[in-house]
Amino acid sequence: MNLEIVKSEIEANVPGCRLELVANPSPSAQHSLLLDAEHAAAVALYLRDAADLRFDFCSNITGIDWPGKVVSQKVKVRKLVEGVEQEVEETHTTTVPGFLEAVYHLYSVEKKHGPLILRLRTQDREARVHLPSLTPIWRSAELQEREIFDLFGVVFDGHPDLRRLLMWDEFQDHPMRRDYVDPDDFEYEPTAHDEVLQRAQQHLSQASPVQQSEAEGR
Amino acid sequence: MDEKLKTDLSKQGIFATSLQELYNWGRTSSLWPLNFGLACCAIEMIATTMARYDLARFGAEVFRPSPRQADLMIVAGTVTKKMAPQVVRLYNQMPEPKYVISMGACAISGGPFKQGYNVLKGIDRYIPVDIYIPGCPPRPEALIEAFMELQKKIDAQPLTGPDRPRHLNADEPSEFVVPRFGDHDLEPTHNKAIWNPPLVQISQTGTDEFGNR
Repeated sequence: MNLEIVKSEIEANVPGCRLELVANPSPSAQHSLLLDAEHAAAVALYLRDAADLRFDFCSNITGIDWPGKVVSQKVKVRKLVEGVEQEVEETHTTTVPGFLEAVYHLYSVEKKHGPLILRLRTQDREARVHLPSLTPIWRSAELQEREIFDLFGVVFDGHPDLRRLLMWDEFQDHPMRRDYVDPDDFEYEPTAHDEVLQRAQQHLSQASPVQQSEAEGR
Repeated sequence: MDEKLKTDLSKQGIFATSLQELYNWGRTSSLWPLNFGLACCAIEMIATTMARYDLARFGAEVFRPSPRQADLMIVAGTVTKKMAPQVVRLYNQMPEPKYVISMGACAISGGPFKQGYNVLKGIDRYIPVDIYIPGCPPRPEALIEAFMELQKKIDAQPLTGPDRPRHLNADEPSEFVVPRFGDHDLEPTHNKAIWNPPLVQISQTGTDEFGNR
């Protein structure tokens, strides 16, 4: 199944939709389609119902957190230095804003083809984290979208029952985000090393002086 | 009672015993576990009760679905932070005398999930544990060994005196604090009355006491 053909087919049938082909350069070559949030539901409905596609089974949905990053580029610029025109290297830094992503894997049981991989991206990671829910189209999306809401903090508009799935309702953070900070519940580690040793030392340096002197061997 | 006199009497057809022995014999021979499992250790626990390993030989095959009828809680599997309050609540609902077997690496310490954000680092933070079984998961033989150890422990309990078990001492608590769900972690993170972590020397500079990195 050629993704280019599917893409042009969708573009012909869903007016106004903006699709983008996200290539996967690895040997698995699982390329995917990036949908725009406005037309995601219409595209999904078309993929499910089109006679030659019939993607009737949404097998897996997962979330990805892409934190914002600072990219620095060295650019050669011609400039006047002390009256003489010279080529000077300048470093330009640009901030690439982060976003959250939901990835849908679709199969067709009827036509026996797939997977077709769809991506949806939020505008940023803080306030504008809304995406349209595809649960009305594929019922199997319900729990998995709840899981992404729980662990990544993507809010799926139109989801029938958007609650936390794995963590408790009172929980405040989204644990699968890259900047999630574990609770400092370090207590005791008999064979601390590497990362665990670092955490232990951090914990002990924050502990009360009495605890600290006790822990240091007395 | 003198052991020699006791054997002499039993040769004459007279059986003599003490109330304590009778009482403990009754308790050791009918330990009823609570019917609940949390992860893969529960599969081994089920196997232990089946024909091949046959826990019924120890009088412990009657798994009760209600904590009101159970004597023994086998914490079999990973205790997540979301599950921990329910485990403590079940323990609080069991009548005294009650015992706890912590089965497997996860129930003892969090096991392979120890450094995770969502797993309790050992159920002994909230309830007193009598027997720990290491293993991932422990084999049925290990659970049977734990049962026998627990039976030995119960057999040795005196009914009076300062060493008497908790259920005969009105001052000792039979219920423990159920942790609440907090914003990031359980509150409190452990019950200070029953769990005090051993202190281990961890150097601040990343070297041990001999100066090795």
